[in-house]
Amino acid sequence: MTWSESKQEKVLTIVCKHEKRQTRLLQILREVQEEFHCVPRYAIEIVAAELGLSRTKVEGVVQFYSLLSLEQQGRFHILFSDSITDQFQGSRKLMDYMSAKLGVKPGQTRSDGKVSLGFTSCTGLCDQGPAGLVNGHWISRLNESQIDRIVDMVEREVPVSSWPLEFFHVEDNIQIPGLLLQSPIEQGEALKQSVRQGFDEIFIEVTRSGLRGRGGAGFEAAWKWRFCAEGPEDYSGLSLVGRNERYVVCNADEGEPGTFKDRILLNSNAHQVIEGMTVCAGVVGAKQGFIYLRGEYYRLRPKLEAILANRRANNLLGKSILGRNGFDFDIEIHMGAGAYVCGEESALIESLEGKRGVPRVRPPYPIDRGYLDQPTVVNNVETFAAVAAIAAYGGAWFATHGTEKSKGSKIISISGDCERPGIYEYDFGISIAEILMDCGAENTLAVQVGGPSGGVISGKEYHRKLAFEDLGTGGSFMIFNKKRDILEIVRNFTHFFAHESCGFCTPCRVGTTLLKNQVDKICDGHSTALDLVGLTSLAKFIKTASHCGLGQSAANPVLGSLSHFPQAYKDRFKDVVFEPGFDLDESLETARQMSLRDDPWAHLEQ
Amino acid sequence: MSKNTLTIDGKPVQFKEGETIMEAATRAGIYIPHLCHDPELEPQGNCKMCEVKVNGRNCSACTFPAAEGQKVLNNTKELNENRRIIVQMLFVEGNHLCPGCEKSGNCKLQAIAYSVGMMDYRFPLIYPKREMDSSHPDILLDRNRCIFCEMCVRAGREVDGKDVFAISGRGIGNHLIVNSPSGLLKDSQLEVTDKAANVCPVGAIIIKRHGFEIPIGQRIYDNKQIGEVSVATEKVLEEKIHG
Repeated sequence: MTWSESKQEKVLTIVCKHEKRQTRLLQILREVQEEFHCVPRYAIEIVAAELGLSRTKVEGVVQFYSLLSLEQQGRFHILFSDSITDQFQGSRKLMDYMSAKLGVKPGQTRSDGKVSLGFTSCTGLCDQGPAGLVNGHWISRLNESQIDRIVDMVEREVPVSSWPLEFFHVEDNIQIPGLLLQSPIEQGEALKQSVRQGFDEIFIEVTRSGLRGRGGAGFEAAWKWRFCAEGPEDYSGLSLVGRNERYVVCNADEGEPGTFKDRILLNSNAHQVIEGMTVCAGVVGAKQGFIYLRGEYYRLRPKLEAILANRRANNLLGKSILGRNGFDFDIEIHMGAGAYVCGEESALIESLEGKRGVPRVRPPYPIDRGYLDQPTVVNNVETFAAVAAIAAYGGAWFATHGTEKSKGSKIISISGDCERPGIYEYDFGISIAEILMDCGAENTLAVQVGGPSGGVISGKEYHRKLAFEDLGTGGSFMIFNKKRDILEIVRNFTHFFAHESCGFCTPCRVGTTLLKNQVDKICDGHSTALDLVGLTSLAKFIKTASHCGLGQSAANPVLGSLSHFPQAYKDRFKDVVFEPGFDLDESLETARQMSLRDDPWAHLEQ
Repeated sequence: MSKNTLTIDGKPVQFKEGETIMEAATRAGIYIPHLCHDPELEPQGNCKMCEVKVNGRNCSACTFPAAEGQKVLNNTKELNENRRIIVQMLFVEGNHLCPGCEKSGNCKLQAIAYSVGMMDYRFPLIYPKREMDSSHPDILLDRNRCIFCEMCVRAGREVDGKDVFAISGRGIGNHLIVNSPSGLLKDSQLEVTDKAANVCPVGAIIIKRHGFEIPIGQRIYDNKQIGEVSVATEKVLEEKIHG
C-alpha cells in the first residue's frame, strides 16, 4: 500500500514551507500532526528523506514530544489538564463524565476516528480551571453543561473554528499589578533610549539594576550577556573579524505546573517582551532571535506574529533598526510540543534545533556554545519584560525596589484554594503571609512555592519572604487548604516528573518511576515504616545524581513533604504485623486472564 | 607538581590539553567505573556510573574537562554507594536474567554489579514489556537487556557510518529503534563486523551462534575484576586513539 499522492503533496508542502531546514523538524512535525491527527509512518519517510535525516531521528523526535503521536488521534483531540489544581477543581470527574458521554476512554481514540481524549500536564490556566485543550485551543472553566455542549458539537462535527468564541475565553486575571505591570513602556521607548544612550551604556544600566533571571535559577542577566557578548573568541584570542553569530532566545516554555504569568505577559505585554529581546540583541550583537513558545500556548501565536509584523513595519525589528546602521535583528517563533524538560535552557536549544529535548552536557554553557554551537543568551519572558523597562526607566529605578540580593519585582501566578486566584506582582521581599491575605486564602495547609520543582512550606513559615535569598520562585504559587490531602499532591507531582523525565540519565529515568511507584504504594495503603527509609534515600540520590535540573528537583515534593508533614505518611501505614507490599488479588489478574477464570476460587482476599 | 596535573584520590595524574578526566585517568591506569564510555566514541555521560567529585562538586568524569589542580575523588565510600544504586536501578529497569543470558561472564553490567558489591535489587522490579528482534540472520536484538548507554547508537554513526540505531520515546518509555523501513534489524544495514553490533556492554545486541564458544567460568570477568580488565584494554586503546 502506498500513500495517495495528495497526502504526499501535503507533507511536501509543509516541508517546503520550512525550506527543508533540519532545525525546523519539530515545526514541520507539528504541522503534519495537525493535518493528519497523527504523524503517519509515510510522512516520517518523506520528511526524513527531504531533510536528509534518518527515519529513526525523525521518529525519535515524534515519540519524545507528547503533543505528537504515531497513533491516529481523533479529528477532535481533547486534552484535560492534569495539574493538581485542575484535579482539585474536579477535572478527573469531568473527564469521567465526558468519557462516558462520548464513549471513549482517556488515552484512546474512538473507533469512528472522530474523537480522542487524554490528559496533559498543566495547560497554564490554573486560575480558571478545570481547563484543557481542544485541537490545541484552550478551553477554561469546564463544567458539566459546557461539556454537554462540547460533546454535542463533536458529535455533529462542527469544526472548532465555528465553535462559540466564549468557549475559548481566557482572562488575564491581573489582581495586583506592580512595578512592571503598572508602568508598561510605550512601544519603541526602550529601543529609542538604547539608541540614544548607546548599548554600552544600556548594558551598564542592566548591570546597575541587579536584574536576575526570572525563570527560577536567578542568574544575573548582565553576567550572562557579558559572557555571550565576549564569547569564546576572546578566550582563544581570536580577532573579532571571524566573530561567531550570536543568538537571543526568549524562553516561553512556561511548563512549571501552576505558572501562567508568561501567558499574560505574552498576551498583553508582548511588545515589551520583544523590545527587551531586541535590547539584548543590541548589547550582545545578535542578528537572530527566537521565541520558544510552549505547545500549549498555540493560541497566542497569531497575535505574536502580528506584533512581530507590526514591529518590522515600524522599523523596530529587521534591518537597521531605528535607522541605526548595522543594528539588524529579527525574531522567529518556534513552537514546543509538550515537553516540560524543554524549559531547561540547553534542552530548549536542542529543541530549537529540531531535536529531542535532551539537556546537554555542561560545560560548554549556552553562553559559549548554544544554538548551532554559537554563543546564545536564553532568558525568561519576564526577564526580557524587565530589561525593556530598565532600558527605558534606568537601572537605578529598578534597583530601588526589592531586597539587597533580589532587585525589582516578581510576577507570581496564584492558583488553588483562595478567593482570588490570578496574577500578582510584588516587589521582592514580600512575605508569604501578606500574599495569602491579599488573595483571600483561609485555612491554608500548605503553599507550594515554585511549582512541583520548588518547595512546600507550611504554617510556621509564612513569615518567610519571596526573594532569591529566601524563597526563590519562577512564579508558581499554589495554595492548598486544610481539606486537601498532602499525599495526593505529592503523588500528582511525582507522577508529573516521571512523565516528563527525558530519560537521558539513569538516576532520573529510572529514579522518577521508582519514586512514583513507591508513592503510589504509600497512597494505596500498602506501605510500612521501612518504606519511608527507602523512599528518603532514593529521593536524596535522585536529587544529587541527576544530570539536569529536572532530575535534581524531581524528589523535592517527597523530601519537602516528608520533612513538613511526616504524619501524613504515617497515617497511611496499616496497623498490621504483616502488610503485603502489593495487592494480592490484583496480582492474580494476569493469571485469571490466561486461564479464562473469574470464579471465586480465582480470587484472594487480603 | 608539573603543569597539567590533577589528582585522583590524592594521586597526581598528568593530562593533555582538552582531555576529559576519564581520558586522563585511563591513561594513568586508574579505573573509574563506567558503562556508556568507550575511548573510540564521543563521550555522552548518560549512565552516571563515572560520577566523581571534582573540587567537591559531582561531575561525570567522561565528559568533564580535566583542568590544572583539580582534586578529583573517585574511589570513595559515598561514590561507590551511588554506583551501586545506579547498577541496581539498571537491573530493575530492564529484564535481566543473568543465569539464562549468554552474555553472562562477559557482561559489563554484571561485572560492575559484582565489583560494587551489589547483593540485591534494593528496588521493586519494574518488569517492562520490551520487544525482541531476532530477524537478522547473524545478530540478535533483545531490548529486555538494553540499558540506554547509546553505545550502539554512537558506534553506528561515528565509526560504522550507518546510523542503524536510535533512542525513541521519552523517560522510562525510552526504547531502541532500528533504522530500516520495516523497523526490523534484518532490513537494516547492520553487519556482524560493525562496531555497533559488538559494542553492547550487556546482552542486548549479541552475535548469534557464538554465545557459548567460551564456557562459563573462563569468560572475561569470571576470574578478573572489571577494573583490571578495563584499565588494561582501554589504556592501550586510549593511547592508540588520542596519542
